[in-house]
Amino acid sequence: MTTKVSSNASSPVRSTRSATSKWVGISLTMLLLVAASGCKKKVPVPPPPPPVAPAAVVTPPAPARANVAEFVAEPATIERGQSANLRWAVTGSNDVVIDNGIGTVPANGSRTVRPAESTTYTLTANGLGGTVTKTARIVVTAPPPPPPPPAPAVDRRGTVESRIQSDLKDTLYDYDSNNIRDDARAALTANADALKRIFADFPSATIAVEGHCDERGSAEYNLGLGDRRSNSARDFLIQLGIPAEKLKPISYGKERPQCTEASEGCYQSNRRAHFASGQ
Amino acid sequence: MMRKLLLLIPALLATVLVGVVQIGLAQNTDITSWISGQGGKPALAVTEFRGSGTQPFMGAFNSTLFSDLQSSSVFEMKSRSLFPLANPQRPEDLRQEDNKQGYALQDWSGAPVGASHVVFGYSAAVNGVLVLYGYVYDARQTDIQAAQLLYGRYTGTLDDAGAIKTAHEFANDIIQKFGGTGSLLGSRIYFVSNRSGNQEIWTMDWDGNNQKQLTNLKSISITPGISPDGSRLAFTTYARVSPRIMVLNTETGRPQPFYNQEASLNTTPNFSPDGKLLYYASTASGSSQIVVAGADGQGFRRVSHRNAVEVEPKVNPKNPGILLFVSGPGAQQIYRMNSDGAAVERVTNGEGEASNPAWHPDGQHIAFSWTRGYAAGDWNVFVMDVGTKQYVQLTHSEGKNENPTWAPDGRHLVFASNRSGRTQLYTMLADGTQVKQLTQQGTNKYPVWGSK
Repeated sequence: MTTKVSSNASSPVRSTRSATSKWVGISLTMLLLVAASGCKKKVPVPPPPPPVAPAAVVTPPAPARANVAEFVAEPATIERGQSANLRWAVTGSNDVVIDNGIGTVPANGSRTVRPAESTTYTLTANGLGGTVTKTARIVVTAPPPPPPPPAPAVDRRGTVESRIQSDLKDTLYDYDSNNIRDDARAALTANADALKRIFADFPSATIAVEGHCDERGSAEYNLGLGDRRSNSARDFLIQLGIPAEKLKPISYGKERPQCTEASEGCYQSNRRAHFASGQ
Repeated sequence: MMRKLLLLIPALLATVLVGVVQIGLAQNTDITSWISGQGGKPALAVTEFRGSGTQPFMGAFNSTLFSDLQSSSVFEMKSRSLFPLANPQRPEDLRQEDNKQGYALQDWSGAPVGASHVVFGYSAAVNGVLVLYGYVYDARQTDIQAAQLLYGRYTGTLDDAGAIKTAHEFANDIIQKFGGTGSLLGSRIYFVSNRSGNQEIWTMDWDGNNQKQLTNLKSISITPGISPDGSRLAFTTYARVSPRIMVLNTETGRPQPFYNQEASLNTTPNFSPDGKLLYYASTASGSSQIVVAGADGQGFRRVSHRNAVEVEPKVNPKNPGILLFVSGPGAQQIYRMNSDGAAVERVTNGEGEASNPAWHPDGQHIAFSWTRGYAAGDWNVFVMDVGTKQYVQLTHSEGKNENPTWAPDGRHLVFASNRSGRTQLYTMLADGTQVKQLTQQGTNKYPVWGSK
């Protein structure tokens, strides 16, 4: 960081020196301005660190000389409305004053302050050997903006729906059958775990267990068959501990196929129990 | 002795087999002749009617009269190209003899016309009203006075619509006079169309005219059933999420009160012949089973107690104690039972999958969909005599052909087919001829034919 700042600062200076003509000078001045303003925007130059107070130097030679061993603000940064603590330790002085309305204070002490804005406190210690000052700065920041309002209910439902979509897998069936196959058993067992997590996160959610059929059987018969599929998947989940009232059976027969090709792959994907939000 | 017996056995078997084949053929002929009804059809010579002050509308009249009579399938329609050059317009035009000018009845019954009956008449503008005089005479009679079979006077507005109205009414009277079981006039087809974006209930005239939307539920509405008097339509709708039955007044389109039994599925409603009961399939007791309730849904009770998917109850129009329905176990087939759930018996022979039984008005025959002889899902329309179990196939794998239902006249069927791509509605005669497409827009399914 330091190197970046110094190079930014030094290069325009060299350019200015090398300029001979007026035009070049003007344009380079503008360039300098642009570069300078760009610099300002990018990285504020931090103030130099305060020199470390030599700890051991304080003691004998001039005992009467005032010395401020410590003057600190804790914390150094507060939010508006919060308070900070000023703490100080002074030797060799009986006349210790802190500005900004605090006034005369004992040589050792602390004070709670609640500045409305960033404030630099100056401690002045008058001793026989002269006056010593030290400053402590409290930076006051604006409070954070209020939290965003809670997401509207629709978004929350969308979340339930996305969880249902991503976490719950279709249960597939053989033609004209509502028997739970081995692969369906595995899918439903995983669905039961997923449902427990979904209901933990969304206690009011209900799930529609949709029964679907491929296009070959008659539409009317498929309404009855779809209902059986819906209920076989639902019964399995209830046995695995999902509350019955959370699972609403509904048959769509072959009225809502997810695929309309005349192929076994498509037929199989339509012979399913599908899970959707119950609302 | 033993040898003789052994020799006899194949001979006996052969005799029995021949007998079986003959019986089979005989029965097959029965159902075939029943559906074709060719034998003994009256042969009609329908003359061109002219008008006095109404001539501009007589083109519409003549084509409507001819088409109504032809599509009734009650008659053999004689070709106009063989008609004499002149024809009677009023009874007083008829002569005993006229040297084959066309004014004698035998000009129509003899060669080359060969008609059993001649239809003639005319129209006139009377006080701003179109009046149609129509006559039917038995051309085989020698006594002109005794030959008159029908005389009718019909009125309409002075335009094509008025002329068409009188043609429909005159045709209707002729059909009834010849023992037609009822006319198509005024009958309507109710069906499901998705052309407005959702599967809604629609209605149209029997010939496909005046298609209009009855429901606006913006959901899935399917499996309509019409009351025998045509006043109410029951169907399944997902409008309240779970599939439920709704009953509409067909004239106003307004829902009528219907109490749905608590169930995950209530579907495939079917009115009893007196219109007072509604049979349907419900999962109220677990699996989908046949139940019955009053037309308002009250007085619900279970009819069957079988452990198989059961849908599509269809009450026999002549004997309300008998129901057909569609069920497993195994591949779906058509079954019968008594309306108390007793005497369950399979009707179709177990081949393929069978569905959509629709009673003929005679209470003896059914039209239905069957995949017999084809892959699963390749439905064709069949007609069966429920008593003899003999059947005839009417469509032959032109796409999927489903949901056949009879017109009130017992001679026409409407059904859904995807033969031209998307599923559309078609009518045909009971022998599978005169197939006519009625719908074009969107997908159209689940037709039922109401008397109005």
